[in-house]
Amino acid sequence: MSDAARLVAIARACRVQIIRMLAHAGSGHPGGSLSVIDTLVAIMFGRLRHDPARPDWPERDRVVLSKGHAVPALYACMAKAGYFPEEQLITLRKLGSPLQGHPDRTALPGIEAATGSLGEGLSVALGMALGLKLSRSPARVYCIVGDGEIQEGQVWEAAMSAPKLGQPDHPVDNLTVILDYNKIQLDDFVTKILDLEPVVAKWQTFGWPVIEVDGHSMDQLGKALDQAEATRGKPTLIVAHTVKGKGVSFMENNPEWHGKAPKPAEAVAAIREILDITEPAWDDYLRTDQTTAALVNELRALERT
Amino acid sequence: MTAKASRAAFGEALLDLGARDERIVSLDADLSKSTMTAAFAKKYPGRAFNLGIAESNMLGVAAGLALAGKIPFACSFACFIVGRFETIRISVAYTNANVKIVGTHVGVAIGEDGYSQMGLEDIACIRALPNVPIIQPADELETKQVIAYAVEHRGPLYLRLTRQNLPPVCPPDYKFRLGRWVTLRPGRDVTLIATGGTVFNALEAARRLEADGISAEVINAASIKPLDEDMLVRSASATGRVVTVEDHSVAGGLGGAVSELLSEVRPTPIRRIGTTTFGESGDPKGLYAKFGFDAVGIAATVSKFLAR
Repeated sequence: MSDAARLVAIARACRVQIIRMLAHAGSGHPGGSLSVIDTLVAIMFGRLRHDPARPDWPERDRVVLSKGHAVPALYACMAKAGYFPEEQLITLRKLGSPLQGHPDRTALPGIEAATGSLGEGLSVALGMALGLKLSRSPARVYCIVGDGEIQEGQVWEAAMSAPKLGQPDHPVDNLTVILDYNKIQLDDFVTKILDLEPVVAKWQTFGWPVIEVDGHSMDQLGKALDQAEATRGKPTLIVAHTVKGKGVSFMENNPEWHGKAPKPAEAVAAIREILDITEPAWDDYLRTDQTTAALVNELRALERT
Repeated sequence: MTAKASRAAFGEALLDLGARDERIVSLDADLSKSTMTAAFAKKYPGRAFNLGIAESNMLGVAAGLALAGKIPFACSFACFIVGRFETIRISVAYTNANVKIVGTHVGVAIGEDGYSQMGLEDIACIRALPNVPIIQPADELETKQVIAYAVEHRGPLYLRLTRQNLPPVCPPDYKFRLGRWVTLRPGRDVTLIATGGTVFNALEAARRLEADGISAEVINAASIKPLDEDMLVRSASATGRVVTVEDHSVAGGLGGAVSELLSEVRPTPIRRIGTTTFGESGDPKGLYAKFGFDAVGIAATVSKFLAR
């Protein structure tokens, strides 16, 4: 299996878990979780130097999911990487669970910063990158921002600062920022709320090298992340053009699915689509895939409660 | 010791502690000449970061530096830095980042610049966060101990510092401890609890009151969060009257905190001296007289309170 194919398979498995945990939670944000999952997988399973058994390892690379509402995607990756058992995913948003509705650093080892109050994560990632440089650490910092999120003013304070901070001895070229550009925010399409364009030119004017990619292509994401890592003297922005709700036809490109959890029957239909199984073939498929069959039974039981 | 602004004592302490601990870094938002970190920045240019007039980003960068093992002092005027409350709330407090937030130029005592530059609500805001201690030292000796404590304390912390010079009030053998106040003057009839720039005036007021036959106990409350519950209850029980004195809004400040605690554990008649309006421009002395924060004003409030 090629590396891209391996990552695609992981992303597919994570999409299933995203749908599963949101259905169990009964609330949450599927659209942005499904748009960002390929980026997260490309980072966490393609290059991240980390050790789930030692989440406080000082030399680890850091991931700051600034668009914190997409945290189901991060939890799916963390469970798959071994930070906690996959079974725990269905405690998402439940009383007492470390899987808070938005990332809580103090509740779950491996979460690098509390995010979800939009616009704050880039500054924190920037400070981490600077601190690591000052300590001569080889670690990198990856920060994922949302498109609606960059309407926040603090993002532009950070964007203005980052290419200059630490210069000349400690430039933050260990910072890669990825914009999950799915074109939809809570209320409506981004162009209808507050258009970001020309977004590439804006960041370039602030001094950032910018790379545009298809945010669902593991090949393109991998090459862009390589290029960012090879860039010296400046942080890099990757604009990942994505589809909100990617992988589930009835969620794709639909603002209704920004912040609404699928009902159990919808979740089963979504999982079937993610696994690319036709409806007539579904029952036969479930007889061959016991893991998925168990998830589906669990969801059907949820429907009855 | 002569009178010195707590911001100036902070600048000296930072320079001193910075030589011993290279994890210490400073962050400013174009006010380093006023927050007094400029000397640290000159001596350690690689550890001082001026983020420009962008306090939210400064606070977030401070949080990131803390999460990477540094001990950042993020500094600005109290009103501007606490004005970016949402970033403090999430990136610093909820993240539990080891950031030392330094708010200078507190209170109407800054004078001529007027209300927009006066930190008068900062205690109220920070007090609402569950994990951020608030400390306001009253003189140079105390400030230097508080800054040393801040470096040792693991977790976020808020320091409230003055622009104006503060005469020495603490005894030479004074040792700062979080959650512990110190009695500067014992008394029987009323407890005056002051903090920061009003402590000296409270002592002066006590001397005036003594001439009128009123014995006022004066407590320096540097630790605004947590309060010194033991000392508060003991003194309030002994005198039966409490007056708080602060250059801050009476809503949510030291007076608010003391009232909340006493009403639960030892209901005691109380008067809160502090602001109830916006501040305004003027000479600091005139403003302290107008707001009743000088010795005359404090003594008058106490006399009236006790006459009831």
